[in-house]
Amino acid sequence: MQTISLPLSSLWKILKYGLYDVMRSRWVLFYGLFFLAATDVLFRFGGTGERVIVSLMNVVLYVVPLVAVMLGAMFLYNSREYVTLLLTQPLKRQSIFGGVYAGLTVPLCLMFLLGVSLPFFYHGGITPDVMQAFVLLLFSGVMLTAIFVALGFAIALVHEDRVRGMGLALAHWLFFAVVYNGIVLFIVYFFGHYPIENGVVALTFLNPLDLARIILLLEFELSAMMGFTGAVFRQFFGSGMGIGLAIGALFVWLLVPLGLSLRYFKRKDL
Amino acid sequence: MRTAFYITLFASVLLVSTAVAQDRTTWTVAPDGEITSITEAISKAFPGDRIEVHGGTYAESPIVVMKQVELIGIDNPVIDAGGENEAITIAADSTVFEGFTVKNVTHSFTRDRAGIRVANASHVRVANNLVEDTFFGIYLARSKHVDVLDNEVRGVPKREANTGNGIHLWNSDNIRVDRNFVSGHRDGIYIEFAEGSSFAENEVRDNLRYGLHFMFSDHSSYERNLFRDNGAGAAVMYSSHIEMRENEFAHNWGPSIYGLLLKDIRDSHIEDNVFYRNTTGIYAEGSSRVKITGNTMERNGWAVRILSNCYDVEFTRNNFVGNTFDVTTNSRRNPNLFEGNYWSKYDGYDLDGDGYGDVPHRPVRLFALIVERQPIAMTMLGSLFVDILDLAERVLPVLTPETLVDERPLMREVR
Repeated sequence: MQTISLPLSSLWKILKYGLYDVMRSRWVLFYGLFFLAATDVLFRFGGTGERVIVSLMNVVLYVVPLVAVMLGAMFLYNSREYVTLLLTQPLKRQSIFGGVYAGLTVPLCLMFLLGVSLPFFYHGGITPDVMQAFVLLLFSGVMLTAIFVALGFAIALVHEDRVRGMGLALAHWLFFAVVYNGIVLFIVYFFGHYPIENGVVALTFLNPLDLARIILLLEFELSAMMGFTGAVFRQFFGSGMGIGLAIGALFVWLLVPLGLSLRYFKRKDL
Repeated sequence: MRTAFYITLFASVLLVSTAVAQDRTTWTVAPDGEITSITEAISKAFPGDRIEVHGGTYAESPIVVMKQVELIGIDNPVIDAGGENEAITIAADSTVFEGFTVKNVTHSFTRDRAGIRVANASHVRVANNLVEDTFFGIYLARSKHVDVLDNEVRGVPKREANTGNGIHLWNSDNIRVDRNFVSGHRDGIYIEFAEGSSFAENEVRDNLRYGLHFMFSDHSSYERNLFRDNGAGAAVMYSSHIEMRENEFAHNWGPSIYGLLLKDIRDSHIEDNVFYRNTTGIYAEGSSRVKITGNTMERNGWAVRILSNCYDVEFTRNNFVGNTFDVTTNSRRNPNLFEGNYWSKYDGYDLDGDGYGDVPHRPVRLFALIVERQPIAMTMLGSLFVDILDLAERVLPVLTPETLVDERPLMREVR
């Protein structure tokens, strides 16, 4: 009995101290305040909940991953001594890793959820029409946070040098947010005369940001998506199965960097 | 002597006027009454008589009205056409047909069978009827000054080929079509050669093809109608002097589907309409001297697509809010005018505080051109890379039309 409950309880304990630590650092508080302010201002200027969600889409797609990957890497560099200390204790490395990871991801997600939802509640922005869009927005934000914190962890674990690690974290964000689409657009533009539709759909699965973007896009810009003649894309993502696959792929995108960094963390000689 | 003359005169006037009043008899038709058939009542009636038809089902068709009568339904009488025939044909001037339910006319590939047909008649009034499950609903041909008011026309949509139009006007002038509800047909309201007609406060939804199909009908107007969830919104073609005001075009989705399609339209006004969530809000082709003012285009895929064979089309004081693409065209030249509109994508400023932005706005995005050439590029919509491309193009236009500019973009939405 004790052997089963021990790793879990120690994970909880590490998570708890991680939470204290993160909450003290104010970074996370600012993060929450940022979303609160952004959403509130959008409500005051734009009005309806529908318009606010559309405007928030870009914030969620680009700000969330940037903050998550940078904070993820920074957090691990900063808590290096703390982790080393923990490692001297008779604790499973799995629990330590889980506790530290959750210790950052959970408050980030909470702040994001609170910051976005609160203005919606007190401005009365949630109507039955926008419910689905609102839930999708929150879901994408949470998934992107979890994925990019994991990515930040993986980068910080592999690279000892802090400056190099932070630079790489930024480079990863830049790649997923900008460069990747540039490459795809290049391919589309120069090979557009070939039947590349299936390939382009497949390419979107290789970038978690693209997946989240398309999930949100199908909700928000459906009028344009329905009009464009790319039948493969419309049939694939227009169906429930396509969306389901995209959401599933997001979970794969979470588990892969998480699993890799856990494996690395377990074997690493610290 | 004199008094006697006046008394005689008075008496004769009285006699004549009662005779005129007696001329206008009211006939009653009821399933259990003296007259049980509408056709029988019409044959007995004299021109100008009133026929009151009481509740019940009348399985007679076609009922042909060749003399001027008032057919008034009381307690919802039902005319069941039985499939192969039209329910009623009105071919006499000043006839009234009001308060009936007309149903059961099957489709035909050789004849345009209708529930209610008005042919070669004028000043007819068709009002407060329910037309259900008919091939064509209300069909007007070669008629003038007909009022079609407060009818409900419901069809069961099948395929385009074997579904008729809800309200069909052909070669009929000065028609008024107000407050009708039309659904489940091929075209909700079909108009061909109907000059000087007006259409107001109709609700047209869930039709297979166009909500409104409008051709060769100059000097017509349509106001405060709702066109929603139709195959392709409204198509207005080959006409001049058309007034379109305060209509709503919503949820018309699909490849080459438009909220409002303008083809060869001249000297017309499109004012204060709402275009909401259509694949294309307004598509204009070969049109000229059209003033488009005070409309709200919200969350459409393409708010306006205007081809370069249009000229002197003026867009002023419209709201462009949250559309994927605000304006697209097919040429670098721009013979049309965009001025004083509100663009939610505008990122300029208003330092002198006159309510107009100090920097001109270019509503054509580079990405729109890319998507036109490579539709699959649409998957890149909303990505940062595309936004950067658009920004670069806006600063220094190379590919987008240089003269398609709003020099005085509004800072606030037009209410």
